[in-house]
Amino acid sequence: MITAQRESRGLRLDWITIVLFLLLVGFGWVNILSASHQGEVTNYFDMEQPFGKQALFIILTLALIILTLAIEAKFYERFASIIYFASLLSLLGLFIFGKNVNGATSWYAFGGMTLQPSEFAKFATSLAVAKYISDLQTNIRTLKDQLRCIAIIVIPAILILLQNDAGSTVVYGAFFFVFYREGLQRIYLIIGVVLILLSVFALKFGIIFTVILTAVVVFGIHFFGKRKRPMLIETISVLLLCIGFAFGVKYFYDDILKEHQKDRISLWLRLESDPEKLEEMKQTILYNLNESEKAISSGGLAGKGFLQGTRTTGKFVPEQHTDYIFSTVGEEWGFLGSALVVILFVALLTRILYLAELQKSQFSRVYGYCVASILFLHFMINIGMVMGLIPTIGIPLPFFSYGGSGLWGFTILLFIFVKLDSNRLYDW
Amino acid sequence: MRKLLLFSIITSVGIIFIARLFYLQIYKPQAYNLYEDNAIRKVYDYPKRGYIYDRHGALLVANQPSYDVMVIPREVEPLDTLELCSLLKITKEDFIDIYNKAYTYSPRLPSVFIPQLSRNDFAMLQEKIRKFEGFYIQKRSLRDYQRSIGANVLGDIGEANEYIIQKNPYYKMGDLLGKQGVEKTYEEVLRGVKGIKFIQKDRFNRDIGPYKNGIYDTLPQAGRDITITIDATLQEYGELLMEHKRGGIVAIEPATGEILAMISAPTYNPNLLVGRQRSANFTKLYNDTIAKPLYDRGLQAMYPPGSPFKILNALIGLQEGVVTTEERFGCNHGYSYGGRKMGCHGHPSPVAMNGGIYNSCNAYFANVYRRIIDKYKKPSEGMDIWSKHVKSFGLGNYLNNDLSVGQPGKIPDSKTYNRIYGENRWGSTYNLSNAIGQGEILTTPIQLANMAAAIGNRGYYYTPHIIKKIQGGEIDSTFTKPIHTTIDKKHFEPIVQGMFDVYNHGTASTVQIPGIEICGKTGTAENFIKIDGVKTQLTDHSIFVAFAPKDNPTIAIAVFVENGYWGSRFAGRIAGLMIEKYINGEITRKDMETWILTHGLESEYQKPYSGQPFTINKGATIDIIPLEKDEKQNNELKSNNNLGIRPKSSEDQ
Repeated sequence: MITAQRESRGLRLDWITIVLFLLLVGFGWVNILSASHQGEVTNYFDMEQPFGKQALFIILTLALIILTLAIEAKFYERFASIIYFASLLSLLGLFIFGKNVNGATSWYAFGGMTLQPSEFAKFATSLAVAKYISDLQTNIRTLKDQLRCIAIIVIPAILILLQNDAGSTVVYGAFFFVFYREGLQRIYLIIGVVLILLSVFALKFGIIFTVILTAVVVFGIHFFGKRKRPMLIETISVLLLCIGFAFGVKYFYDDILKEHQKDRISLWLRLESDPEKLEEMKQTILYNLNESEKAISSGGLAGKGFLQGTRTTGKFVPEQHTDYIFSTVGEEWGFLGSALVVILFVALLTRILYLAELQKSQFSRVYGYCVASILFLHFMINIGMVMGLIPTIGIPLPFFSYGGSGLWGFTILLFIFVKLDSNRLYDW
Repeated sequence: MRKLLLFSIITSVGIIFIARLFYLQIYKPQAYNLYEDNAIRKVYDYPKRGYIYDRHGALLVANQPSYDVMVIPREVEPLDTLELCSLLKITKEDFIDIYNKAYTYSPRLPSVFIPQLSRNDFAMLQEKIRKFEGFYIQKRSLRDYQRSIGANVLGDIGEANEYIIQKNPYYKMGDLLGKQGVEKTYEEVLRGVKGIKFIQKDRFNRDIGPYKNGIYDTLPQAGRDITITIDATLQEYGELLMEHKRGGIVAIEPATGEILAMISAPTYNPNLLVGRQRSANFTKLYNDTIAKPLYDRGLQAMYPPGSPFKILNALIGLQEGVVTTEERFGCNHGYSYGGRKMGCHGHPSPVAMNGGIYNSCNAYFANVYRRIIDKYKKPSEGMDIWSKHVKSFGLGNYLNNDLSVGQPGKIPDSKTYNRIYGENRWGSTYNLSNAIGQGEILTTPIQLANMAAAIGNRGYYYTPHIIKKIQGGEIDSTFTKPIHTTIDKKHFEPIVQGMFDVYNHGTASTVQIPGIEICGKTGTAENFIKIDGVKTQLTDHSIFVAFAPKDNPTIAIAVFVENGYWGSRFAGRIAGLMIEKYINGEITRKDMETWILTHGLESEYQKPYSGQPFTINKGATIDIIPLEKDEKQNNELKSNNNLGIRPKSSEDQ
C-alpha cells in the first residue's frame, strides 16, 4: 500500500477489475461471432454482420474508456445532477423522435446507427442516487428522504416502462440493495421478502391456502414470538394487509398482465396442468427457452468447440447473439466454459463490492454499490432466464450480449467507478 | 451484516447457476449423439442388397426398386390433404391415422408414411411431392424372387420394428431387414452398410450445407452376393411332390453337410411377402393356424422318429458289445415282458441283425435295447451311455447351423426317468418304446437327414448348413470340420447292409429305382392330438430316412408326411423320387411320380376338425387328384408370381 500511495494519480487503476472486464468482453465477442456468422468467416470487421459491428463497438469502447478515465473524478460527483437530468431529457425525447424496434420505442436512429438512451440512464441514475445519498443533509432512515430516493429511480423507470421496455425497468429494482446498504430499515427487507413469498404462494397454491398459511404464521408470531407481544388489533391489521395483497396479486395476474406476460409466469411457476396446452406453450412462447436449454444441454462437459455448435450454426435459438448469447457458451464451450463465465461475473461483482467498501468517500461507495447491483441484476436475470430458472425478461448480459448502446452504457457505468476508485486515496 | 447481504446473494446465485449448469450439461444429457441431433439432417444412401444364387449358380433372389413416402411430422406445413390422399390412394381417415402414428413415434424423425409405392404411383407422385412440405420419397430396393420356390429357405425382408431399432441402432424406422430364412441369418452380408450424409439445418429446416464439410459422411457399401447350398431343381421338385400333403423333406450332401433341399409343406409363393401387400399376406399366412404355412416342418416339427431310430440302437448295441451281428432273437408277433407285449408284424423268425433291420422287427430291437440299458449294474448308467451315443449323431440338441429356426428335439437320459419314476426306481422295461423310436424321443426331419448322412459317412457328419459361398468372404469354419460320432467305423458296414436290404427285399422294396443303390429305413410313427381336451390318435406319420448311393453317398434324405400312414406309402416314394431326381436328373419311375402327384391327404387333415367321429390308419382316407388339372394349375402358378398360397385343400380348387 505504501508503494501504491507513492504512485502518480492517473496510473493507480484496479487492474483486476479491468482484466475481468476485458476477458468478458473478449469472450463475449467470440460467442457473438459463433452465434451470428454465416458460412466461412473471411472478414472479422464485416459491417454487414453483428460480429463485425460488435468488433467496431469494442474498439470504440476502448476510446470511451480512455475518455472516462481522463475526466477528473470530482467531475462525476459535481455534475451528477446535470448528467441525470440530461439523461431524463434523452428518455423524454424518445416520445417524439424515438424509433420503434420490436414493439419498444427505445432507440434514436442516426443514419444506420441506433442509440438506446435507457442503457445510459443506468449510470446517470446511479450518479444521481450516489450524489443524493452522500449529501450530508440526507438521512435514508427518514421517510422524506426515502421517498426522494425512490423518486430519483422511479422517474427514469417509468419513462422506460412507457416506452414498452418492461425488461429494462425491472433493473431499477437493483437500487434496493444500495439503499439497504446505506441504512434503510430492515423492515423493508422483511416486507420485500414477505411480499415476494405472498405473490408466489397466491399464484402457485391459490388464495385460500395462502390466507390460511399467512394467518397461522402471523398468529404464531403474535402468540409465540420472542418480542414483546403486540396489540391484537395490530396483528390483525397485518394479516388483513397480507390477505389484501394476496388478492391484489391474483387480480393483477388475472386482469392486468398481458397474455404473454401471464404465460411466462405461468410457465415459471408450473401453473399449467393441462399437458396439451403445455405442449402448445412449448411450441410458442416457451420456444426460445426450450431451444436455449437444449443448446446448453447438448454442450456437455467440454462443449462442441468454437464454431462447432450445431444448434448455434443452425440458428435454432432466436436472439442468440443478444439476450440468449449464454446458450452459445453452453453449447460450444460446455460446462467448463459456462461455469467459467459465471465465475468471471461473480469475481467481477465481488471485486466491485470489495472496492466499494474500501472507498472513503460515501459518494464513491454508493456509486460502487449501484454498479455492482445493476450488473448483478442483469447477470442474474439474463443467465437465469436462459437456463429456465427465472421467467423470461428480455435484458442483455452485460459486456457479453451484442449491442453498442448496452456495451457502452455498461462500460461507462463500470469505468466511472474504476476512476472513482483510482482516486480514493486522495478522497477525504 | 448490511455489507454482506448483496455479497452473499451474488455468491449464492453464482453457486445456483453452476449447479443448474451441472444439471443441464452433465447430469441430465445422454452423451451427445450426432444421430439424435435434430439440427442435423441425416440422409441415408441404401446400398443394393446382395443377390442369392443356388448351388449351380442359378439366380434365386434379385432386387427391384421401391419407393417409400416418408414424413417428418414437425416439418409438415398445412397442405391440400385431399390431393395428397388421392395421389397416395388412401382415405382422409387413413391419412390422419398414419400421421398420428408417425407423430407418436417421433415428431422429428422420419417415419414411413406409405411404404413401397407401385411404379405408377411413384411416377405420379414424383412430380408433386415437392408441394407437400415434410413429405419426401425414399428409394429402397425390394426383393424380386426369380422363382416361386423355397419361401421357407430364402425367407423375406420386412421393415424394422421398434424392438429391433432399440436393440440395434444401425436400423432406423422404415429400414428393411431379413425376417426369416437366409435373409435373416445372412442379413449383415446381404444388406451391406448404408451410407449417410449429415446436413446442417437451420431452424426453418432448410439445408445450409454439409455438416463439417462432410467429414462424418460415409459411402454405402454394397451388399454381398451369397450362394446357398440348395439345388433349385431338387427344391422345386420336392415342393411339387409335397403338394396336397403336410410334412417336410430335408436332403443333405453327406460329404459336406450342405443342405440340398429343404421343403416344408404347405408352403407359399415368396413373392407374396414383397411390396405393399406384404403385411396383408403375412397376416393371412400367420393366421392360418391349422395348415401353418409359415411353420418350417423340415426344421421345427418334432416328431417321434419311429423305426429309423432302430438303426441307432443296432449301432450302439455293436459298439457296446452287447450283441453280435450273428445272434438271433425270436419274434412271436411281438415282444412280451412283465405281462405286457410290444406287438410286431408277421415276418420270419428268429432274426439276426440284418433281418432285424430289414424286417423292422420290434422284438429284435427290444432285446438289443434292454441289453444296452442293463449292461451295467444300474440302468441309469446304461441309459446315460445310450443317450451319449444317440446325441453324438446330432440328435437331442440344436445343430448350431445357419438356419433361422430350429428345434432341439428330445433324447432322454437317466435324469429324465429319475424325474418321472424316482431315483433308480425304473428299469429298461419302463422305457422300452425307445427301442423302436417312440416313447420319449423326438426328432426333427433335418436331424434325421443328418443322422442318415452320418451313417452314410460311416461315423461322422458335417454340421448341416445352407451357405455355400459368400462373395468376398469365407463361410463359418465350423461347417467344414467333421464331427465324429461315438461309434467305431467298423460297426457301420453291417448296418448299412441292413439298410440296403430294407430297399432290396424289406419294407421299402416297392420304391426301388433301377441303377441306384439306396440304403433306407421306413418309419411309421403313432401320433396324437388333443381334440376338445381329449387325447385322440390320428393316422400314423409316414417316415423315410435314406442315403444313396450305398458307397460314397451323395445324398442323405429324411421325408416326413403327416398322417401318411406307413413309411413307404408316401415318404418312401417321395424319398425315392427325390434321390433319383438328384442323382440321375430324370425320373424313370413315372408310375411312382404319378401316384404321388395324384394322391393327397387334404381330407385326412380335415377329419379332426370336422367334429364327426372318424377312423384312422386302415380307415384313412386319400384324395385322388386329377393330374391334368393339377398341372394346369402349376403352370398358372409359375406364370403369375402374384398368385396366392398354393391351394390347401381340394375344395379350394
